Amino acid sequence: MRIIVCVKQVPDTTEIKINPETGTLIRDGVPSILNPDDANALEQALQIKDANPDTEVVVITMGPPQAKEMLQECIAMGADDAILLSDRALGGSDTWATSNAVAAGVKKVGDFDLIFAGRQAIDGDTAQVGPQMAEKLGIPQVTYVKDFTLEGDHVIVKRALEDGYEVLKVKLPCVLTAIKELNTPRYMSVPGILKAAKQEVKVWNAADIGVDLTTVGLKASPTNVFKSFTPKPKGAGIAVAGDTAKEKAENLVAALKEKHII
Amino acid sequence: MEFSYSREQQMVKKMLKEFAEKEIAPIAAEIDEKAIYPYDTIAKLSKLGLMGMPFPPEYGGAGTDYLTYIMAIEEISKVDASHGVIIQTHNALCCWPIFTYGTEEQKRKYLPDLLSGKKLGAFGLTEPNAGTDAAGTQTKAYLDGDEWVLNGSKIFISGGGIAEVYIIFAMTDKSKGTKGISAFIVEKSDVGFSVPKHENKMGIRGSIAAELVFEDCRIPKDRLLGQEGKGFKVAMTSLDVGRLGIAAQALGIAQGAFDETVKYMKQRKQFGKSLDKFQALSFEMASMKVRIDGARYILYDACNRRDRGLPATVPAAEAKLACSEAASYVVDKAVQFHGGYGYIKDYPVERMYRDQKITEIYEGTSEVMKMVMAGEIFK
Amino acid sequence: MKEFADYKNVWVFAEQRNGKLMNVALELVGEGHKLSREISEDTKVCAVLVGDKVEALKDELYAYGADAVYLLEDPLLGQYTTDGYAKVITDAINEYKPEIVLFGATHIGRDLAPRVAARLNTGLTADCTRLDVNVANYMDYLEANTTASLTGLDREDQSKGLKQTRPAFGGNLMATIITPNTRPQMATVRPGVMAKMEKAEGATGELVKVDVKLAASDINVEVLEVVKAAKEMVSLTDAKIICSGGRGLGGPEGFKLIEELAEAVGGVVGASRAAVDAGWIHPSHQVGQTGTTVKPEIYFACGISGAIQHLAGMQTSKIIIAINKDPECPMMKLADYAIEGDLKKVIPEIIALWNAQ
Repeated sequence: MRIIVCVKQVPDTTEIKINPETGTLIRDGVPSILNPDDANALEQALQIKDANPDTEVVVITMGPPQAKEMLQECIAMGADDAILLSDRALGGSDTWATSNAVAAGVKKVGDFDLIFAGRQAIDGDTAQVGPQMAEKLGIPQVTYVKDFTLEGDHVIVKRALEDGYEVLKVKLPCVLTAIKELNTPRYMSVPGILKAAKQEVKVWNAADIGVDLTTVGLKASPTNVFKSFTPKPKGAGIAVAGDTAKEKAENLVAALKEKHII
Repeated sequence: MEFSYSREQQMVKKMLKEFAEKEIAPIAAEIDEKAIYPYDTIAKLSKLGLMGMPFPPEYGGAGTDYLTYIMAIEEISKVDASHGVIIQTHNALCCWPIFTYGTEEQKRKYLPDLLSGKKLGAFGLTEPNAGTDAAGTQTKAYLDGDEWVLNGSKIFISGGGIAEVYIIFAMTDKSKGTKGISAFIVEKSDVGFSVPKHENKMGIRGSIAAELVFEDCRIPKDRLLGQEGKGFKVAMTSLDVGRLGIAAQALGIAQGAFDETVKYMKQRKQFGKSLDKFQALSFEMASMKVRIDGARYILYDACNRRDRGLPATVPAAEAKLACSEAASYVVDKAVQFHGGYGYIKDYPVERMYRDQKITEIYEGTSEVMKMVMAGEIFK
Repeated sequence: MKEFADYKNVWVFAEQRNGKLMNVALELVGEGHKLSREISEDTKVCAVLVGDKVEALKDELYAYGADAVYLLEDPLLGQYTTDGYAKVITDAINEYKPEIVLFGATHIGRDLAPRVAARLNTGLTADCTRLDVNVANYMDYLEANTTASLTGLDREDQSKGLKQTRPAFGGNLMATIITPNTRPQMATVRPGVMAKMEKAEGATGELVKVDVKLAASDINVEVLEVVKAAKEMVSLTDAKIICSGGRGLGGPEGFKLIEELAEAVGGVVGASRAAVDAGWIHPSHQVGQTGTTVKPEIYFACGISGAIQHLAGMQTSKIIIAINKDPECPMMKLADYAIEGDLKKVIPEIIALWNAQ
């Protein structure tokens, strides 16, 4: 079978700091990583391949040329093939336009049985491209997948809810979006790295995937960024005085009482 | 000379940094405290190809060059030197001699299990009365029909009792001095071979070192590794490879301790400012970095020579000397800059300080490294 | 900007599970009410109620401010499925043409809304924490809470486009998104952020029974089972007081102390991502960008240094009390009351004093 895994290269948001003077993001030196949920998506595909060695795992992303590095790392983890959708015409796409482009790329790969994606990327946190791509491909979706079993021509998955989960049965092909509870992603292996360093990452442009140029890129995107800014830092509070833990606790409770908070 | 990391090397470093931070860092203090061999993490590293990195895929190796392998040891040792030496001993001192001196049968028999990490390898040269001076080797072997019979003992053997396959050096002709030493492959299950005691070490306590005892230990004739009487060469050439690994281990410790100190100095405040704002300390950090970076270039150059097939005995000795001395300097300052916190086990520099010392001792002391270099200088 | 005269009213998805409205549905009614009045006097907030035999819920929606309830009922809608819900909602939107459609950013809302938006080929903004129609209100917000410049904005601007504000980059950055060229303007809204209206018992409104066209063959996913979590869900969103612990607890046993504190002050237990990732406590307790967003009356941050992603989920708490060894960490800077010290010593003292009251 052929499994396509949709991935994204993202800045490691846990490493992002704010310049306290200007209130702007410091992106310098922030490493780019494979989006965490996408690593879970890839791991699930690779586990299927472990169990059925004739499975082909193809990773696909849309992004700038630097995203090749992340795709190489996906190959080093065990993916068979990697495709980068890269074209100035695709730049600035919102989730709707991105899903048009990725769906076109997926169609060009063709002959797929299953598509995995991460639930959401940590830079935008939208969780929209997976379902929107499923819609563009006209196939069913299950989001928030935390458990997965392949059974012939369908899959049985657990979909996490805030207060429990659902068990769903879906026919192939379908789009599944993974959350971290699904599995623990593997590391790149040394033999995998040697293979990846030699393997060509395929780069497809908008013409290659035959996507309608009026449905991709900044201009075609139905949403626009109107303004972006950083939240104002909250004013400093007070350090509770006292020489001992007891004194500090007393001063805290007294202050809360005084302000009628308790 | 220009140096840049290849894409392969970048990925290996990235993978191991992640692995070391997620898998090794959380257990490093515990395996040190309790002297526990880290079976689980070594098994995981085996799966990732770390136990046979610089050997060809036809025997089950990963097929990297030495430089990439050395970077792997360095990366792991930044977080924990015990893991570093376990991988290094196995690769350089057991897999390498079998790969280099073994017959095709020996290679087919031992390498697949060793390189996949299914079995761990060890190396037994040092004895109570033969450390630096290998000619003093007292373990003896004689041929009795189709079997070699070994008698004697080895001490401070890394992986002793854990390893399945041992490269053991024994005198087959005492009268010839080092030319009477032969190398053998001994298996853990061989009758007459025992591991009576684990050493209680100062550092690298997660890497078990043990005494090995041979009492009429009988092994098949075809366990002789290389030619009879050529064991000293097997040992010395293996140590040439091993010293690169120990240099990498020392370098990793130095870098790890340095990084911990940078982190600490930014956060620790005295007299109303963080430690990095004190010039006496920050300037010393610059000096430490110079030593680390200098040692790294010497080491990478030595590896590069080996990869290109050039003589590498002297460069390997120089690299080990440079890296272990840099590490000695750095861990000392690292603990000093941590103040009282550097002396307690809550901070990893305390462990790094203890782990570092052995890098000036094993696989040839610093004095031996200087002997090797002096011999080249005044030849 | 295009004109969209055909599009009218604000729709909110009144998510219900097992015949019970989700809190966020009522929050959306409140927010939708506010937005509809900002657009014009005759703009209505309409709750879209989807399910099987859920009509009775309309009264609660009216009570919380809905002008109208659009009822989409069918036996096939008894259980949530992406296919079923997406089809009937898309059909209804095409028929009635609302100007704005809001969904709660729940696991269901975030599954459903993108599918609907893609089918309608309109824009969708995820996980909004603020919505504005009125430009002057939006400018007031920017001025009071952000570092944004107001250049290019005009208080007298009467345009009625929806300004959808949301955090990105783990809360490091905020962005306001607009949907200028397509309708409806769609957004998912983070639960716990918008305010419900005061409940008006006995309020009524218009009921629109939508003609639902749905066949079993439209649904490609079969729901085999719905399992409720065995443990009571930690209701962080509704809690008045939250006692959270982080890496500074030193280990899972530290949460015993946090539980005792929570019990003493009548709060629930929260946690930082570091504590959850370390496996010290179940992920359902996680507060922050990737966990639950909270705004309790009192937030205790014990041994939490205040990673940006954690701050993003709790910084609108009314009172923040931080206990930490490091007086310089971000949480101590943010806190209204910062106690420098060993939490293992300070917390028992607070418990004792609280109990002594």
